[in-house]
Amino acid sequence: MRVVVDFDRCQSNAVCMDVAPEIFEVRDDNFLYILDEKPPEALRPKLEEAVRRCPTQAISIAED
Amino acid sequence: MAFAAPPGRIVVVGVSLAGLSALETLRQEGYEGELIAVGAEGVLPYDRPPLSKQVLQGHWEPDKAVLREPGQYDALGVTWHLGRRAIALDPAARTVTLDDGEPLAYDGLVIATGATPRWLPGTEGLGGVHVLRTMDECLTLRAELEAASRVCVVGAGFIGAEVAASARVRGLDVTVLEALPAPLARAFPAEMGAACAALHLDQGVDLRCGVTVAGFEGDDRVTGVRLGDGSVVEADVVVVGVGVAPETGWLESSGLPLDNGVVCDSTCATAAPGVVAAGDIARWPNNLFGETMRIEHWSNAVEQGAAAAKRLLAGPGEAVDFAPVPYFWSDQYDAKIQFLGRCRPSDEVRIVDGSIEERRFVALFGRDGRLFGALAFNRPRLLMAYRKLLAAKTSFEDAIAHAQAK
Repeated sequence: MRVVVDFDRCQSNAVCMDVAPEIFEVRDDNFLYILDEKPPEALRPKLEEAVRRCPTQAISIAED
Repeated sequence: MAFAAPPGRIVVVGVSLAGLSALETLRQEGYEGELIAVGAEGVLPYDRPPLSKQVLQGHWEPDKAVLREPGQYDALGVTWHLGRRAIALDPAARTVTLDDGEPLAYDGLVIATGATPRWLPGTEGLGGVHVLRTMDECLTLRAELEAASRVCVVGAGFIGAEVAASARVRGLDVTVLEALPAPLARAFPAEMGAACAALHLDQGVDLRCGVTVAGFEGDDRVTGVRLGDGSVVEADVVVVGVGVAPETGWLESSGLPLDNGVVCDSTCATAAPGVVAAGDIARWPNNLFGETMRIEHWSNAVEQGAAAAKRLLAGPGEAVDFAPVPYFWSDQYDAKIQFLGRCRPSDEVRIVDGSIEERRFVALFGRDGRLFGALAFNRPRLLMAYRKLLAAKTSFEDAIAHAQAK
């Protein structure tokens, strides 16, 4: 699984970082950085929760 | 399942964010019975926050304000009754009546009919006066803004503030009228309202607080707003953003307890068996904060829709409290405003990072020695760290120490 962020939608609310800090980090420049683009399967529930809770619906999961 | 032998039938009334979250959660939790969704707007669920921002500014077309791809809706296996309203609920017979008179039997029911904007008296039949809740309303307003030069927004809450910002970004002259002495003065300490006001004053908005609206000028079409002192604010377009009322009219004959929303227990269950509520319409005791609340924000719709769905599926003794840390955000000009928790005007305020002057800060709110809320302007990374502290009922002193240790 691969983390996909639509940076045209992302508004750096940092909700994803709160849910899955292993994958997402909003830094002091207020931009979102993907720390782990291909996270281990064990992080799937957290990633799915980040997808669901992202206020701008900017995150998706690609299966490839 | 507590309420029926499988497969059963669950009806979800209201198909915006809370209803969609409930539908998806029911399937994720393994519910394989029949799912029926009833939605008044006639379209599949879409995302409302962009309506006052990207769509209104003209940066997005409506098709971008989607919540899911069409295939994701298909995969849910839901029978959609779109463009239909529920008009009555009979909890004893376990039926919902739709506006064609057809009774729809249910084993489980999710009430998620949301809320509707309040209007002001004197606007009936007057062109150019708008509220903003639906995509249709957004597109109608957007078309009028394209031809307008002066906009008057009544109400400096979040919808009013975002509409004002979007109109200003479009280059229009904007006046905002607020009855309170400062924006958000009913919820936040005065200096926070002043910080919100400053964003608009920076951009040349004519923000007038402590004023009352006495009426509207114009015959067929609005030409201005008349204030309590007799003066008139001239405007081609007026937007009314004075709050919303929970959409409970269809429940009045049901016997369900209503009190500015549908009354729920701490687990999102209503007084009727097999009936839960979620989103803008639900009033419930949040035991994390020791307060009964009704929340009109995006994140709560997602979380409470999921919680209500799980509550329906819970067996005896399995129900859990819905006790989240409320969260909302608002984007105005280049400012990102985010809030976690709860706040009252009388709360103690401590700015722990940045300053109001910089338009970048984190403010903490304390009451009875405990951290109750955190507000940030342009500080998303720092703000989010307080969610865990709020969930852990951290003392105000410890929260400030946490900030200073950063």
